Amino acid sequence: MIGSARIAKRFADLKAQGRTGLVAFTTAGDPNLDVSSAILNQLPEAGADIIELGMPFSDPMADGPAIQASSQRALDNGASMIRTLDMVRGFRDNDSDTPIILMGYFNPIYIYGVEKFVTDAAAAGVDGFIIVDLPPEEAEMRDPVEQAGLSFIYLTAPTTDDQRLPTVVEHASGFVYYVSVTGITGTKSAATQDIESALERLRRHTDLPIAVGFGIKTPEQAAAIGQHAEAVVVGSAFVNQIAENLNPDGSAQDGCTEAVLDLVRDISRGLTA
Amino acid sequence: MSKLNTYMDGPDEDGHFGLFGGRYVAETLMPLILEVERAYDEAKVDDAFQAELNGYLKNYVGRPSPLYFAERLTNKLATKSGGARIYFKREDLNHTGAHKVNNCMGQILLARKMGKNRVIAETGAGMHGVATATVCALFDIPCTIYMGTTDIDRQAPNVSRMEMLGAEIVPVTSGTGTLKDAMNDALRDWVANVETTYYLIGTVAGPHPYPAMVRDFQSIIGEETRAQIMEQEGRLPDSLIACIGGGSNALGLFYPFLDDDVRIIAVEASGEGIETGKHAASLNAGAPGVLHGNRTFLLQNDDGQIIDAHSVSAGLDYPGIGPEHAWLHDIGRAEYVSITDQEAIEAFQTCTRLEGIIPALESAHAIAHTIKIAGDLPKDHIMVLNMSGRGDKDMDSITAYLERNNP
Repeated sequence: MIGSARIAKRFADLKAQGRTGLVAFTTAGDPNLDVSSAILNQLPEAGADIIELGMPFSDPMADGPAIQASSQRALDNGASMIRTLDMVRGFRDNDSDTPIILMGYFNPIYIYGVEKFVTDAAAAGVDGFIIVDLPPEEAEMRDPVEQAGLSFIYLTAPTTDDQRLPTVVEHASGFVYYVSVTGITGTKSAATQDIESALERLRRHTDLPIAVGFGIKTPEQAAAIGQHAEAVVVGSAFVNQIAENLNPDGSAQDGCTEAVLDLVRDISRGLTA
Repeated sequence: MSKLNTYMDGPDEDGHFGLFGGRYVAETLMPLILEVERAYDEAKVDDAFQAELNGYLKNYVGRPSPLYFAERLTNKLATKSGGARIYFKREDLNHTGAHKVNNCMGQILLARKMGKNRVIAETGAGMHGVATATVCALFDIPCTIYMGTTDIDRQAPNVSRMEMLGAEIVPVTSGTGTLKDAMNDALRDWVANVETTYYLIGTVAGPHPYPAMVRDFQSIIGEETRAQIMEQEGRLPDSLIACIGGGSNALGLFYPFLDDDVRIIAVEASGEGIETGKHAASLNAGAPGVLHGNRTFLLQNDDGQIIDAHSVSAGLDYPGIGPEHAWLHDIGRAEYVSITDQEAIEAFQTCTRLEGIIPALESAHAIAHTIKIAGDLPKDHIMVLNMSGRGDKDMDSITAYLERNNP
């Protein structure tokens, strides 16, 4: 079972268990390829239900300082599109249940070649894509992704009004990612009641599961928002754990991996409780 | 050259010029991009809007800018058998000292029409920042200008001007602290403040409708040139030449002539030389890619990571180019050449001494290429060069360059 089916199965299982899922973001290659692989491979047992793996890009325009810095650390230490796929392949050797979504910007995929990238990603064990700068109007990845049986996950924002929502969710698959604040990643947080009403509005347009992200940093926030969504996405908070556990020369301190996994455990426990 | 019925009907309704252009932005921005497009479509055909804009261009900006016959430069470059007659389109004489204000005036009126009460902009050389700060002062709208720290250092006079005009300057430290990085942070600000804020992009790049809108606001350069050269020479020019970073001064001059039998030459910055890798020649040494909301030619590596540009001129120091230029390059309607830092500095000195006109370092790239080719053109060849800005802002950079390279 791969791609959209693996994602659907994971959400069906979460529903059966009465749990809200945790989508855990980490940047491929941050702070270096070895530590990043160690983090990735241990995310599921720490409580990540779905993994959002960031493809580093030199100019991440929708991301805040934490993820920008994380992309730069990864690139400085040899990350590339090919190595990102290698990491996924390594992960799949031991885990065939946890969906992996690649998140990033279009240019590196365009340069790799859209069809070749989708084919190689599917072969490596990727299940879906979140491409920040491909709104529904720029649909050039949609067909190859659908044909490969993978999901193209669309973002909806507070600015996506009722008139526009049908356009955005028309081709959505896997789940819908609700960007809960107008802003970049890892900065401000939305009020829970605003999210609640936004999700009510969104559910009038789609039956897909909804994951809420942007600005969710603590177990308490995750638990509160998790009351209303099928999943919550946490990213910058994990990335900050890496940043805080580096030596002055940029190498990882001994506790770096554990620091990330501990926060994953805390947030996951908050969602289950 | 492939022959179309017209080169002037782009972009298509989704903002594409052939393969290039488009709207590659985050969903949060998409509704606002569509709103800007609707507002601009209305303004284009709104006589009252156009009349208000033209009034400000005439009485505030000082248009029309003169078309000046550069006689001493013409004579200096003349050979026994040839040498083009060189005209300067004097955008340096506009209020604020460059072509940038043409576009700022148009967009600030649009921002007002849309009811936005805050303006943000990116700037490289600071000319767009100064022009934005100026129109914001005029209309009493708070503005925030993103500028890379490298550019803040090398364009200090413009930083002071913007501050004096009441703008908030946000120094951008990411990347090399130049125009690309300033644009990233301006986009981040916009995403976070989308309800209140208008993003006043300074060049013919970014998501649709910006490339077409900025081109339209700058096209007054070419329209005036057309009328002025008819008056002075009784016919259209044989060639047009302009420098390009993002490409707004060039497209402003070129666009009204795209369907005429006029040779069009745009000059990129090749910095320390294309072979050194330290340059800003995205058409001559880049490849198609997607950045800052549009598909265009970009400086990038095999993995699709953007490479930092390099030019002594802050206004050309950008790893991309407007999508319409990418298309004109692709179909062969315009020629895209390049000039090094050293050549631009020499041309800057030549122009200053011969004509008593201190050009912007950006414009000096166009002068340098003119110096290269004018002597080989026939005697009756009429060439119009866009003097896109004045060089007061560049004194520190040029002094430092000369001390470094010609001790």
